[in-house]
This record gives sequence, C-alpha cells and structure tokens, in this order.
Amino acid sequence: MNPRKALLILVPYLWLLALFLVPFLIVLKISLSDVALSIPPYTPTLDLSAGWAGFRDFLSELDFENYVFLSEDSLYWKSYLSSLKIALISTFLTLLVGYPVAYGMANAPDEWRPTLMMLVILPFWTSFLIRVYAWMGILSNEGFLNQFLLWTGLISEPLTILNTNTAVYIGIVYTYLPFMILPIYATLEKLDASLLEAAEDLGCTRAGAFWLVTLPLSRPGMIAGCFLVFIPALGEFVIPSLLGGSDTLMIGKVLWEEFFSNRDWPVASAVAVVLLAILIVPIILFQRQQQRQQEAEQ
Amino acid sequence: MRRLTWFNTVSLTIGFAFLYIPMLILIIFSFNESKLVTVWAGFSTKWYGELIRNEAFLDAAWVTLRVAVLSSTVATVLGTMAAYVMVRGGRFFGRTLFSGMIYAPLVMPEVITGLSLLLLFIAIGLDRGIITIVLAHTTFSMCYVSVVVSSRLVSFDRSVEEAALDLGCTPFQAFRLVTLPIILPAVASGWLLAFTLSLDDLVIASFTAGPSATTLPIKIFSSVRLGVSPEINALSTIMIAIVAVGVIVASLMSKNAIARQAREEKAAAQT
Repeated sequence: MNPRKALLILVPYLWLLALFLVPFLIVLKISLSDVALSIPPYTPTLDLSAGWAGFRDFLSELDFENYVFLSEDSLYWKSYLSSLKIALISTFLTLLVGYPVAYGMANAPDEWRPTLMMLVILPFWTSFLIRVYAWMGILSNEGFLNQFLLWTGLISEPLTILNTNTAVYIGIVYTYLPFMILPIYATLEKLDASLLEAAEDLGCTRAGAFWLVTLPLSRPGMIAGCFLVFIPALGEFVIPSLLGGSDTLMIGKVLWEEFFSNRDWPVASAVAVVLLAILIVPIILFQRQQQRQQEAEQ
Repeated sequence: MRRLTWFNTVSLTIGFAFLYIPMLILIIFSFNESKLVTVWAGFSTKWYGELIRNEAFLDAAWVTLRVAVLSSTVATVLGTMAAYVMVRGGRFFGRTLFSGMIYAPLVMPEVITGLSLLLLFIAIGLDRGIITIVLAHTTFSMCYVSVVVSSRLVSFDRSVEEAALDLGCTPFQAFRLVTLPIILPAVASGWLLAFTLSLDDLVIASFTAGPSATTLPIKIFSSVRLGVSPEINALSTIMIAIVAVGVIVASLMSKNAIARQAREEKAAAQT
C-alpha cells in the first residue's frame, strides 16, 4: 500500500475511532462504575500508571449494579415502554398523514413536481427547534387552535393539548413528515402506470386497483419511511421536553435529566447503553430491508 | 396515467397547509405589536429591534456561525476522504468497522452521541468550549457528507479517471483535475448539509459546550422553555427567511445548470 493511500484511510479512520468508538466504550465502562462524590463523579477510574495490577483492580470494581437498578426502578422501564409506544403510534400517524401527500405528489402534473419536492424538502432545512417551537403557540390554552375551535363553536371550553402526549404526537408527525413523504413518493413515482390500467381493464374499480396494485408496490417506501421516523423518534429529546408534560415519559428526556439534574453519570450511561440495545433491532432490520431493496433494483 | 383527482388535490392542500401554517403563524406574529403572542395588536417591527440590541443572542449567533463554518469545512474534507476510501479504496484492514463507524452516527440518538463525547472530553481533560463543539459536530456531520459524496462517486463513469491515469496523471492529479470537478456539486451539498446540521443542533451542543460557549439553539431552547416570546418569533423568522432564500436560490441554480448541460450536450451532438 502506498503511503498516500494509507494516509487517506488513516485520517478519517482515526478520527472516527477517537471520537465515535472510544467515547462509546467510555460510556459502556462508566455504566459499570459506581457513583462517587468526586470529579469526575464516578469510580473507579482507570489508572494506567499502575500497570497490569491497576487494570485488574479496575476490572474487579466494575459491576452491573446500575443495570439492576434500571430494572428495579419502575421509572426506567416505564420510560422505555412509553418511548416505544409514543414512537410506534406517531410513526403510524405519520404514515397516515404522509401517504396521501406522497400519493398526491406522484399524481401531480410533471411541471409541478420540482416545486412540490422543494416544498417538502424546505422544512427539512429549517431549524428543527423552531419548527417544534412553532407548535407551542398553536397548542397552548390561549393558542391559535383553541381560538379557532372556540370561534367555530365546536368547543365551548379551551382544550388542554400543550404539555400532553397528544402534543408530542403532533410534534413528531410534523417534524418527521418529510422523512415519510420522500421515500413513499420515490416508490410511487417509479410505479408503472400500465399496471393500473391493466387492473382496471380486468374489472378492478379504482379503489380496488389502488388496494391490490399501488399499495403493495409502494410497500418498500412505506417501510423505509417508517424506520426513518421510528428510529429518531425513539430517542427524541426536544419534542417531549417542549411539547410534552411532566408525565410524558421518554427515554431521551430521562437520560438528559439523569445527567444534567441528578448528575448521576453511571445511571445515565446505563440508560444510554440500554437505549442503544433497543435500537439495534430496528436498525438492523432497516439495513436488511435497504439491502434487499438495492438487490431487487439491480 | 397521471390524474390529479379531487382526492389528490385535497390531500396535497391539507398536507402542505399542515407543513406551512405553523411557520406562517410564527412569521406573522413576529410583526405583532403586543407582547402577548396570541393576540394581534397591530403591525410593528419592534421585536426585531429588541433582537438586534440583545447582546446575548448576538454573541450566541456569532459562536454558532463560527462553529458551523469550522465544523462543516473539516467535516467536508474528512467525509470526502472517507467516501473516496469506501468507494475506491478496495480492501483494507478493518474496512467493515470503518463502514460501520460511518453509518452508525446517522442512526445514533443525539443524546447518546452527546453524552459519549462529553465523557470523552472529561476523561482526557479537554476544556469544554468552541473547540469541543466543533469536534463533536465534525464527527457526526462528516458521516452525512460521506454518504452524500459516496452516492455521487458510485454513479460516475470510472473510465474518465482511468483515462487521466493512462495519460500520465499521478493519482492525486487525476483526483484534482478529473474526480473533484465531477463530484464537486455533491461535495458542496455535503458542506451545506453539514453546515445546517451544525447550525441546528441543540442536544449534542448542550452536552459538549462549556459555560464559556453558548450556541444559538442552546439560547433559544433555554428561553422557549419558559414559553413563547415575540423576540424568538422574530429570530425564527430571520432564520426561516435565510433558509428559504438559500434553498430557492440553490434549486434555481441547479435547474439552470441542468438546462445548460442539456443545451451543451445537444450542441455537441450537432457538431
């Protein structure tokens, strides 16, 4: 291998090793340590100067105490379950909202499509924090939604939406909608229209043709979209902390509070490790699906 | 058989209304006279004036901008190198680990990335500040850059590169004179992506920023936690306007570039 190529490989490789893999190993290690009133607030610290004996001492002091604590304290497993529930429900809602939009885009006249695409992508470039914040003024008790509903006479008392799980669902659907629309649109756009004509010639109604032809053929896009929403929604922090209430349990928020408010680094690290363990299943499924998709296209 | 039925029209209208109305309300109410953010009291630009006089916001904006320029530039260099290695590098020791480390940060929850980097910085005794935010942002955004650039590297015709090598270019010259101009649009959009990701990031910056460096998202987050404020509406409007102009200009430019390319190809075919 020539030195130039080695350098080309080594620079990004070492960067990622030092700033991605090593930090994660540190989290793993701290999750096995104990809390201590010191700086940094955990023991044991690895003392490399003590050589092999120091390393042995270090290993002997690690234990799974924090994980036992996570499994015993109901706050944690309730938060994991509630994060899963919130992520699943909001992924499903995003699919319900996103599919008709993607379908409409795929059926729009050709000259509209670049504009429609741009309109879907534009929010993606806009600050995530600002898009979540925009809903605070809409959903509050004196907010625009309540003002509008009171004005139409549909309700006589303002609804409490902000600081509930409903607001979290709305926030997730809103911010992740482009991630759902784009992959579905990509599969619908490639769909061969002659298949629909054939179905209708063979006696299908339009709805029947949609159900039997369009929907199954757009499945890869729907699956990709669902993963793209579900995976980040599970570890979400900003949406539950701005739109959710004190009873909204999401694991991203619990980790944040454990770290910043309780300053319990070992438990925060254990929360992170378990969250990652939960995420690995959907991530692997998603990668497999993407691979199958690529092979099918070749 | 494209047909825009009433159903399509309705779903497009509702979908785009849902995407845009919240931002429109934000923009309209940034020009509201009243401090009450949900009651219209007449047109005024006073919140923009307050914003310009608010030094804490200006300082935070300056920090954010410096972090974004630095981290997206380093991330573009590293990400392009990583993409080149992945697509053209052939086999090397630890390739699987390398590709894993490029894709993992894309799906890693931000709270975990932030926590792990903070623990690293503390373990090695690095003082938290602008440098640590830049390091953190570079690490995750280089992965996005590498995905964008490698998709371009995969799709272009390798024979042009080989021709350059056959005609006596060194590999570095071939890269600079042939490969780089071809992948440049992808490198540019990678940079832009890294730049916006850095501008936007709250969670990772909160973990890795020390008390000495506050970025704009951290500042916005701490003030909106207390509720909606007209000043933040004004700030949001400015940020939305910058992004909208940027995206529209970029899309018009790429449209023109495609049209020009088509014209040139047609002209070349005629001669």
